[in-house]
Amino acid sequence: MNYADVIARYEPVIGLETHVELSTASKMFCGCSTEFGAEPNTHTCAVCLGLPGALPVANETAIESTIRIGLALNCSIAAWCRFARKNYFYPDMPKNFQTSQYDEPLCVEGYLDVEVEGNTVRVGIERVHLEEDTGKNTHVGTSGRIHGADYSLVDYNRAGIPLVEIVTKPVPGTGALAPEVAKAYVTELRNILRTLGVSDVRMEQGSLRCDVNTSLNLPGAEWGTRTETKNVNSLRSVERAVRSEILRQAEVLDGGGRVTQETRHFQETTGDTRRGRSKEEATDYRYFPEPDLVPIAPDPDWVESLRVALPELPAARRVRLRDEMGVSAEDLVQMSNAGVVDLVGITTFAGAPVGEARNWWLGYLAQKANERGVEPPDLPITPEQVARVIELVSSGSLSVALARQAVDGVLETGSDVDEVVAERGLKVVSDTGALEQAADGAIAANPDIAAKVRGGKLSAVGALVGAVMKATRGQADAAAVKQILLDRLGVGS
Amino acid sequence: MPDATEPSPGPRVDEPVGRLSRADVAHLARLARLAVTDDELDIFAGQLDVILGAVARVGEVASDDIPPTSHAVPMTNVYRVDEVVPSLPREAVLACAPAVEDEKFRVPRILAEDA
Amino acid sequence: MSDDLTRMTAAEIAALIAGGEVAAVEVAQAHLDRIAAVDQSVHAFLHVDTAGALDAAKAVDAARAAGTVLGPLAGVPLAMKDVVVTKDLPTTAGSKILEGWHPPYDATITRRIKDAGIVMLGKTNMDEFAMGSSTENSAYGPTHNPWDLSRIPGGSSGGSSAAVAAYEAPLAIGTDTGGSIRQPAAVTGIVGHKPTYGAVSRYGLVAFSSSLDQAGPFGRTVLDAALLHEVMAGHDPCDSTSIDAPIAPVVAAAREGAELSSLAGVRVGVVRELGGEGYQAGVVASFEAAVETLRGLGAEIVEVSCPNFDYALAAYYLIAPSECSSNLARFDGVRYGLRVGDDGANSLEDVMSITREAGFGAEVKRRIIIGTYALSSGYYDAYYGQAQKVRTLIARDFTAAFARADVLVSPTSPFVAFGIGERIDDPMAMYVNDLCTLPASLAGTPAISVPCGLADGLPVGLQIMAPAMADDRCYRVAAAFEAATEHVLASIPELS
Ligand SMILES: [Mg+2]
Ligand SMILES: [Zn+2]
Repeated sequence: MNYADVIARYEPVIGLETHVELSTASKMFCGCSTEFGAEPNTHTCAVCLGLPGALPVANETAIESTIRIGLALNCSIAAWCRFARKNYFYPDMPKNFQTSQYDEPLCVEGYLDVEVEGNTVRVGIERVHLEEDTGKNTHVGTSGRIHGADYSLVDYNRAGIPLVEIVTKPVPGTGALAPEVAKAYVTELRNILRTLGVSDVRMEQGSLRCDVNTSLNLPGAEWGTRTETKNVNSLRSVERAVRSEILRQAEVLDGGGRVTQETRHFQETTGDTRRGRSKEEATDYRYFPEPDLVPIAPDPDWVESLRVALPELPAARRVRLRDEMGVSAEDLVQMSNAGVVDLVGITTFAGAPVGEARNWWLGYLAQKANERGVEPPDLPITPEQVARVIELVSSGSLSVALARQAVDGVLETGSDVDEVVAERGLKVVSDTGALEQAADGAIAANPDIAAKVRGGKLSAVGALVGAVMKATRGQADAAAVKQILLDRLGVGS
Repeated sequence: MPDATEPSPGPRVDEPVGRLSRADVAHLARLARLAVTDDELDIFAGQLDVILGAVARVGEVASDDIPPTSHAVPMTNVYRVDEVVPSLPREAVLACAPAVEDEKFRVPRILAEDA
Repeated sequence: MSDDLTRMTAAEIAALIAGGEVAAVEVAQAHLDRIAAVDQSVHAFLHVDTAGALDAAKAVDAARAAGTVLGPLAGVPLAMKDVVVTKDLPTTAGSKILEGWHPPYDATITRRIKDAGIVMLGKTNMDEFAMGSSTENSAYGPTHNPWDLSRIPGGSSGGSSAAVAAYEAPLAIGTDTGGSIRQPAAVTGIVGHKPTYGAVSRYGLVAFSSSLDQAGPFGRTVLDAALLHEVMAGHDPCDSTSIDAPIAPVVAAAREGAELSSLAGVRVGVVRELGGEGYQAGVVASFEAAVETLRGLGAEIVEVSCPNFDYALAAYYLIAPSECSSNLARFDGVRYGLRVGDDGANSLEDVMSITREAGFGAEVKRRIIIGTYALSSGYYDAYYGQAQKVRTLIARDFTAAFARADVLVSPTSPFVAFGIGERIDDPMAMYVNDLCTLPASLAGTPAISVPCGLADGLPVGLQIMAPAMADDRCYRVAAAFEAATEHVLASIPELS
């Protein structure tokens, strides 16, 4: 089915629900660590296991982070609100209720502007509220999936980690751009969260999870029935999920059928969505105010001080890139199309020359992202780390080739730049003796090229430089090598 | 109230017992994950309807302008500092569990999707 | 000698131990012997921790020998309601679903008891998850009232009240959600106090109704209850609803009340709505006599009206079941406790339902179902929401009444102890036992029950209610009343 043709006949309406694990040191209601990847059930206690008698006490930093997120999303902050219990049975939920917020969220009525192909789309934010994460189930059996599993194993390390839920209002009128708008929203939201330093927003680790709502309606008609697509684990998937759901629903409607309100699950492999629990069967959550926690009434002065202390947000950073760093409009468009404009911004404001930052993100790093089939922001390397690499190059302690090895090391191991450099012994060889030896070797090995150079065809020296770089495993400074070769061949100036 | 001793004909969906029908009770028991027996349904439906009749009195109080009380003692903003404190020893945690495998809690196969 | 030890008050025992006239181990052994002698007929205890009790007592004796200054209740034995979590000791809350659970942690009050050198003898019987007024809802069989073994000891803390009345322990801890300390104290002829909500930490109480649950002391005298109250009370950072304020000076109040034995200048409000029709004649008579005793002590008696108290029962039986339906959801056979039906074929959903069906008793199931209903969308406003508003109105009634009186009084229960089995099949007949105790529970205000005579040879309780944080008023008036009356326990029949 043809996408353009579908868009010509139907109008999509999208909405996004994003869950973000906060990067607090301890859990939402107990002192257990939130560290990722620990041994199963080693970060659990009476509270986060829901043992009889245990009681929650709210993490002040989590409250603060949620308010800061609300402020960054232009929300108003509730003067008084409460936690509520969301009651349903599921084995990864220790108390069989989730401590969440219901009709009294901490932040409401905000918006986030996103840029898509030159035009600005304002995405309304309905609410930002605080809740707790669940544990993790492993389904054991032939399929390895929930369907056809023989039994399941539960690890509660993740249970009780502070989770912020950010819900947009429905976004109509984006037409063919709906998938891009969805992706741009999550990208911008993630940039903001990273800038606020409230979460490590690792979609691949699940610290940022996205549910995408999609519906179709005929032009002028009222909005159609929406589906909620879960398990969307990368920026690219956000776009693919919306697109595939638009196509699927169009097919249903064209066939005279009706779209059922249901949860669907995105399939990374196939790129389409699979039917999940239908909302009709959904349980009644029986929300009521959490009696074990007292109401939240943020002091207005405190909220104001948080607002004042907010860091520069990505939008402002982009403006500064253009106005202060003199990045051209075309460059900005090119960078945002490549999804690297904020990465370049952060790298630049972390101290790197804007040109260098641009080249790295549009060049080697974009290529790496491509090889891994992810978007540049999904690469496990931070702009700060890239800035450090650039610093090492300009200080001359790394050649560009070595710098790329350093970047590869960070991408592979997740360790920091200087660790990689140290572990792999990456440093420019400045010992001229060793370089002259290598140069003589290259000349001896390529007599005809050497002859051409002696004969005045200086450009041919490049091949010899390459040979020397190869011999020194890229650890030499190309310019120095070239000079040495020319000298040895008696054509040095 | 139905006679608890009579052989139960099984769920009778459309038999109202005052405010709470037998079917209502069956539905609520499912929501609450209670595999109640037919005999219990017969007994509960009657008893719960009597109780509901009594508690429904709260509706007699005019209260549009009355704020609800969720906490007897009014307090706000009780928080803990974001500090890690030692978790329980894993052996102690798993020792309570009905079934354990690979240091995890083992449970029977799950039908429902995550809510 | 050992018999004498079990007849002494906690204050007397503590003094003897502190003075070195008797060893804590002797005291503990005397009570363990008493339990061995009478508990098969009373069945107050679900678990007796002989070794733990003797070790704790030895530690007190060692500390004293080492010259350590002992706490006011060091070496005094205590019976702990089985709803309070005790590390490595069984904690069942009277339910099959927690059979065999040995908690990996201590409740805050358990820790305070241990730190005070109080000797915990064991865990006492109770209505399952504290839901009941007779202790007949225990999965482990009923407790018998030492006044008449064919009758109930009250509930839900019936094991604790019976243990103290039967001289198996001088002190006990109970929990009170709608009257579960005060009514058992009343029907067994002892003293029981429900503190201001938030005065005693709830951390480690197996939750029934979170916004109402409150732990408190039992003793045979007002002073003993006060001494235990001060050990239990105080701010706990692990309980968000714990009040961060100084503990009410209840021990001083109890001493002063007994010494002055005068209530001159104290305004005592008699609540019109808590008495009269439906109340047992003997109870009404004892209560009226008690009011005259208070007048005789110089108190000014005023009649107050709290019209919304008539709705307390309805509000309570919506709020408590609603909260319990959520609090008890965690008992699903996944992390701890009972699991039934895991045959490899049944799904998790089935196993959860089968486990809960097998693990919970009838009253617990009834309340879970009522609560599930009251919270479900479409009914929330009419039931739970409306009940929360009634709660506000009841609190306002108290505020108005306390403007005219320093304390309010009523019978603790409309009835004396009834026969085991008499009301078990009629939930409403059981619920009305809490008529007088529910208002203070809903308002979070403190209330004490002190013996005020006998009706048909069975104890009657006088309830004294005070404003929030003024627990000391309850103790002061109760102590003065106690000093002016003959203690009913003097006439409790001897258990064979
Ligand atoms: Mg959520
Ligand atoms: Zn924990």
